[in-house]
Amino acid sequence: MPPETTTAAAAGTAGATRIHNIGYRNYDGPRLGRAYARRSLFVQSLRGAYGLGRSAKSKVLPMMLLAVMCLPAGIIVAVAVATNADDLPLKYTSYALYLQAVIGLYVASQAPQAVSRDLRFRTVPLYFSRPVERVDYVASKLAAMSSALFVLTALPLVVLYAGALLAKLDFADQTEGFGQALVSAALLSVLFACVGLVVAALTPRRGFGVAAVIAVLTIPYGAVSTVQVIAWEQGSQAAVGWLGLFSPITLIDGVQTRFLGADSAFPGAQGPDGALGGLVYLAVVLALIAGSYFLLMRRYRKVGL
Amino acid sequence: MTAPTGSYASRLTRKQPPGLTTAPGGGTSVVHVTVIATESLSKRFPGVTALDRLSMTITPGVTGLVGANGAGKSTLIKILLGLSPATEGRAAVLGLDVSTEGGAIRESVGYMPEHDCLPPDVSATEFVVHMARMSGLPPSAARERTADTLRHVGLYEERYRPIGGYSTGMKQRVKLAQALVHDPKLVLLDEPTNGLDPAGRDEMLGLIRRVHTDFGISVLVTSHLLGELERTCDHVVVIDGGALLRSSSTSDFTQATATLAVEVTDTDRHPDGAAALAAALAGAGVETEAGGRAPGAGRVLLLQADGESTYDIVRDTVAGLGLGLVRMEQRRHHISEVFRSENSNGSGSSGNSGSPGRPEGPDSSPAGQNGGGRDAA
Repeated sequence: MPPETTTAAAAGTAGATRIHNIGYRNYDGPRLGRAYARRSLFVQSLRGAYGLGRSAKSKVLPMMLLAVMCLPAGIIVAVAVATNADDLPLKYTSYALYLQAVIGLYVASQAPQAVSRDLRFRTVPLYFSRPVERVDYVASKLAAMSSALFVLTALPLVVLYAGALLAKLDFADQTEGFGQALVSAALLSVLFACVGLVVAALTPRRGFGVAAVIAVLTIPYGAVSTVQVIAWEQGSQAAVGWLGLFSPITLIDGVQTRFLGADSAFPGAQGPDGALGGLVYLAVVLALIAGSYFLLMRRYRKVGL
Repeated sequence: MTAPTGSYASRLTRKQPPGLTTAPGGGTSVVHVTVIATESLSKRFPGVTALDRLSMTITPGVTGLVGANGAGKSTLIKILLGLSPATEGRAAVLGLDVSTEGGAIRESVGYMPEHDCLPPDVSATEFVVHMARMSGLPPSAARERTADTLRHVGLYEERYRPIGGYSTGMKQRVKLAQALVHDPKLVLLDEPTNGLDPAGRDEMLGLIRRVHTDFGISVLVTSHLLGELERTCDHVVVIDGGALLRSSSTSDFTQATATLAVEVTDTDRHPDGAAALAAALAGAGVETEAGGRAPGAGRVLLLQADGESTYDIVRDTVAGLGLGLVRMEQRRHHISEVFRSENSNGSGSSGNSGSPGRPEGPDSSPAGQNGGGRDAA
């Protein structure tokens, strides 16, 4: 340090010391209240679902799954552009069905992270001793998880769509398929977020939560698709349609087959039985979402303070 | 309650930083004379009455809420935060009705729970910033207030490390910081000294005292140990079975419960130092009783302190006998002793830790050693 600044620096140090010892300062700035707190909780939970604002270790899995989701889309697009194909080798709406295992893994890893930490370390009462209310907490967590899942399911669709446009495929055709797939992805995100959070909120133990979410997403699917194949072999096409009601991913499959122009992955590729079948599928999806919200609200009535 | 209003108001005004144009403390010129008021507040669960027609007023300052486990302390805090409706009666916090204005109450009240509530994988700074935002503070203010508050509770460089590596004392400080970060007008501290060692307890109690004297925030602190509240609080409220047992300023309690524990060594001249001291003190007009035998340590004498002079008499007597004074400390009393002294008409009889073999006479000679039960501290 040059000598001529010593006095100034000393004075500065003295000043700094004085400021350091200023004592307690009251806060008279704005208090932005409930809506702001709810928004903050949403943003924090959404970032947390991709490990942002958390340790480097917790970024690995969600980011890896996001990459795994996008990779096939990138390959499909590359092939389509290179071979001058007339159409993409698969429909936009089929993409999530092919990669449902990745989506399931993501829900299983992030839903417990979103809710069981607060339950396990009993942080929940701290929220409810603030302007945040139960409905704010539940709604923020549901919205954050749904948004995180929508990012996961919609980003590869964007890649596909961008690639399709680059490959100069038919614009109207591609936009329609892309739009339908986005609606389907949104519905899938909300449904999976609801199911995942309800199951994860049952236990404060993260490991149990992960296992339980995987079980709830895969066991019904395995059972449903097996029985569907048997029913199809037996020639009862109607039964195949109704059986799809009993697992989350086949529910989405049915809804998008009936309403969003998708090809069903059901055996026989028929989807739900007629218009009534489609409506029942949609009603079950909406009932599941509403029921999950209700269950979460009940769950947090018990754990608050 | 002795003269809280005047000093409270003047202190708020004095606290303002000189350069500030907007007056934070003085601006809120409405100084609530009562911070908490309840009126025949009752809370009944099926089969249990948690609060039974509790009526009390709490004025600014540090107030202790004492009661055994299950006395209704936590239920009362829940009602005061507007989270649980009372079965009957009314309560107001900072002049706001708990049944209709819970949100406004929670915005200007801080709460520190009894149990652990900290996630181990985030740093104290991240956690407290998040909690500040949940209280409605804008992002920049949340960061600024977090840094300030953590410094005030005594967390410095360690605040950037994950909470999982903190000691119990540091965790308690983080819990206190999250209750203070939004600059509340009142904080509710539920058993803040739980799990702390004696030194940690003293530090936490000093910090709680500072929350009021330096920060100007009123404090309601619960405990089941009356002794530690005596030294911290201006006012103590005792509840039992959900009903108000006693509400008075701390000095009343102190008079009834200022018991000294004295422990001395044995010497060759006095093979039983405690007995010799007891006899000598009896000669000097100070009555003693045996206070129990700590494992591996000398014997403890208990005596009533009637002011400063008693300390001098003990010191001089010990020195006169040539004994070593191991310790002389104010005894912490368990809440049950207050109940006992209440039953015996509050005649200042508290002292022994509830050992059944309590000696008959207060001036117990060597025989009194047999009456030693477990240590009261």
